Amino acid sequence: MSENRTPVLDVQGLGIDFGGLTAVNEFSLQVFNEEIVGLIGPNGAGKTTVFNMLTKVYKPSRGTITFCGKNTEKMSVVEMNKQGIARTFQNIRLFSNLTVLDNVRIGMHNKISYSNFDAVFRLPKFYEQEEKVEKEAVELLKIFGLEDKKDITAGNLPYGAQRRLEIARAMATEPKLLLLDEPAAGMNPQETEELMDMIRFVRDHFRIAVLLIEHDMKLVMGICERITVLNYGMMLAEGTPEEIQANPQVIKAYLGE
Amino acid sequence: MAFLSYLINGLSLGSVYAIIALGYTMVYGIAKMLNFAHGDIMMVGAYVAFFALNSFGLPVIPSVLLAMLACTVLGVVIERLAYRPLRQAPSLAVLITAIGVSYFLQNGAQLLWSSSTKVFPSVVPAGSVQLFGGQLSISYLTIVTILICIAVMICLTLFINRTRTGKAMRACAEDKGAAVLMGINVDRIISITFAIGSGIAAIAAVLLCSTYPSLSPTLGSMPGIKAFTAAVFGGIGSIPGAFLGGLLLGVIEILSKAYISTQLSDAIVFAVLIIVLLIKPTGLLGRKISEKV
Amino acid sequence: MKKIKSFFRALFDRKVRSRTISFLIVILGYIVVEILLKSGNLSSMFQSLLVPVTCYMVAALGLNLNVGVSGELNLGQAGFMSLGAFMGVCVSGALAPVVSNTLLRLLLAIVCGALIASVFGFLIGVPVLKLQGDYLAIVTLAFGEIIKSLINNLYIGFDANGFQFSFVENKLKLAPGGKALINGPMGATGTQRIATFTVGIILVLAALIVIYNIMYSRSGRAIQACRDNRIAAESVGIHVANTKMLAFVISAALAGAAGALYGLNYSTLVPAKFDFNLSILILVYVVLGGLGNMTGTIISTIILVLLPELLRGLQDYRMLIYAIVLILMMILSNNAKVREFAESMKQKLTSRKREEAANE
Repeated sequence: MSENRTPVLDVQGLGIDFGGLTAVNEFSLQVFNEEIVGLIGPNGAGKTTVFNMLTKVYKPSRGTITFCGKNTEKMSVVEMNKQGIARTFQNIRLFSNLTVLDNVRIGMHNKISYSNFDAVFRLPKFYEQEEKVEKEAVELLKIFGLEDKKDITAGNLPYGAQRRLEIARAMATEPKLLLLDEPAAGMNPQETEELMDMIRFVRDHFRIAVLLIEHDMKLVMGICERITVLNYGMMLAEGTPEEIQANPQVIKAYLGE
Repeated sequence: MAFLSYLINGLSLGSVYAIIALGYTMVYGIAKMLNFAHGDIMMVGAYVAFFALNSFGLPVIPSVLLAMLACTVLGVVIERLAYRPLRQAPSLAVLITAIGVSYFLQNGAQLLWSSSTKVFPSVVPAGSVQLFGGQLSISYLTIVTILICIAVMICLTLFINRTRTGKAMRACAEDKGAAVLMGINVDRIISITFAIGSGIAAIAAVLLCSTYPSLSPTLGSMPGIKAFTAAVFGGIGSIPGAFLGGLLLGVIEILSKAYISTQLSDAIVFAVLIIVLLIKPTGLLGRKISEKV
Repeated sequence: MKKIKSFFRALFDRKVRSRTISFLIVILGYIVVEILLKSGNLSSMFQSLLVPVTCYMVAALGLNLNVGVSGELNLGQAGFMSLGAFMGVCVSGALAPVVSNTLLRLLLAIVCGALIASVFGFLIGVPVLKLQGDYLAIVTLAFGEIIKSLINNLYIGFDANGFQFSFVENKLKLAPGGKALINGPMGATGTQRIATFTVGIILVLAALIVIYNIMYSRSGRAIQACRDNRIAAESVGIHVANTKMLAFVISAALAGAAGALYGLNYSTLVPAKFDFNLSILILVYVVLGGLGNMTGTIISTIILVLLPELLRGLQDYRMLIYAIVLILMMILSNNAKVREFAESMKQKLTSRKREEAANE
């Protein structure tokens, strides 16, 4: 369906060693625009490690990551975000002492251009941009159903809301590719249902690609268009949800012998 | 030959720093706090030893034991009253409390024993060993200081590695939550840590005051900071690190005093510390800590 | 004109109520002190504390930005004050023949003090801010001690031919009419005392404006983001090192400005004054006032500077009591039951306010 387009993300032969241990090897993946791709695998398969390499938290030992046609070899975490990759974390990482609104406004850090001088003297430029940012942030919070909680300290939010806020914060950076690390972890079935709608809505509304790690098979099979399976740091299978569900190797990896 | 003599003097001063640093590092490793009052606990030990020797005329060994006992009790009491209520508090609150304790001990000592300087009698007979036909002379005090430091280090290592309590201490340093689940009484372990750290500080006090015999309530602050530096230098939380850091710090201090400048020796010591930390951010023998993402 | 209006509108922005409160406290304090002074009700001992208290306040406010807002423990604030103090003394001493207006000279000295401290803050920050937690703390301590030790060995003189410097040994050869500005361990002597309480208060207000306006802006949010979660901050495109540096340099600059004012308040000043204990003293103001709470810093500075003086009646016991008060305050403010009580009181107060608002 998408062979004739250039991928947003093109990963070739990615690998990383920790000491003598190879955590991930020969990992290749292509993600196209407006696609939802799932990355699954048993615990310890190296899924989060892949995310950490894609965002340059870890420096890959081998392989290339091409994002929007650019080689990202020398880029740092900050630069990867500026290029358009945003992520959430498996063990939620919010700015927990700040308000919900501030969390999203921090996501808009690089959209603001007034200087510290403008800020100290509260020049009109400061107010213009702050008003704009606040309006945009509230818009974004509305999408994630957090608008009425905007003045609450992020650390005091219920678990599900924290996960949604993390997505909202990532979206505030206006990414082209959103990486979600176990977005449904700790959610009840109803919340997961809502999350699935939300991910689809985000993809359609912002016209971005989504790559997600998830253990909840209902979510993965329900919204992903393609799935990559990782086992012991190696790619085990790749294909549509139907193909993956029918793949005997995948079943073996999940259920054992 | 002069260099060798400076080196040995440096090792002797470093031994004192190392013993104080051991107390710092043990408390840090297990209670995860910077006990800024450690140097002042040492100061109290020096006064107790002074009065035992001078006023009660006790022999050296019982005097030192008495000072150790006093410091041990003091350390445990301070931990129980001031630090234990703050077990769950942010580390800065604990730091400020430790500073409060330090003020308390200094001012308490000033009230009890006045701020005027007292002359501490050496616990080691004067005299020296002559080597290389008299070219190199090492005082008995220097030899005793270095030997005692090595002995303390060996005893401590054996205690930590061989005894049940030592194992429990290592478990607490690793993961307090898991230690509790294994049935270790963490509060008791922390008390023991304070007891040992404070007790050996008394030994350092006697050795330090025998070398630099002026006794005053602020006696502990500079060696305290230096020992803290030594502990970080070697990698805070690491016992061999504190030993190594202490010795190196003493050697660097004496050598820079001898060859570069007396006035600038402190600046040089701290500059070396900064350089080491920039090359090895967790100190010489410290473990690398990386955050799991 | 529009810009000036915008600036003043900000001072009473309703969204930043704590800023308005701190301003009012400082201004009110100033008025009270001035009334007491005019009516002759302030003892000379308290009068002598007026300028130092504003200096400590400014240094503590800066440190709170560094420790409370940015979350990096800094044990070397006295070092930056020292740089500012001796720079200020030199500037004022050198300009004395040229600039006769003492107020202008004082302001120039303060600006230069802030400048040198921020330059050093930047130079020190480059390597230091790579370290984390307690390691960063010990390195700031080490830098504070190094600065003290260096100034202790510094000799600066000024004569018709300009400045003369010498290090470790005093080799100054001053022409007649020349003046030694810094004299190694003796420090600065014969300084003209041009610091005033009014300038001190203006400096406090300026510090508050800088800190609050940075805190509630793009950079301030980034600083807090880096404190709360470094990895997440990077993941949304925030440059952590630059952000931490901003807080560190502002903190140093404020300490330098405070130091300059402090230095020009005494006719003699020794480098040993700016030691580890002073850094700790300022840190205590910050922690007791509450991390990130600027109003708290102002109040705790006033209380803790006055406390030993108020306890003077107890003579020898005053520092002992000070230490006990410090320990008790820390234990009580971190006690779960006391906290619960404070929370419930706060809730009662806010709910009452809401009710009142609803009734109106």
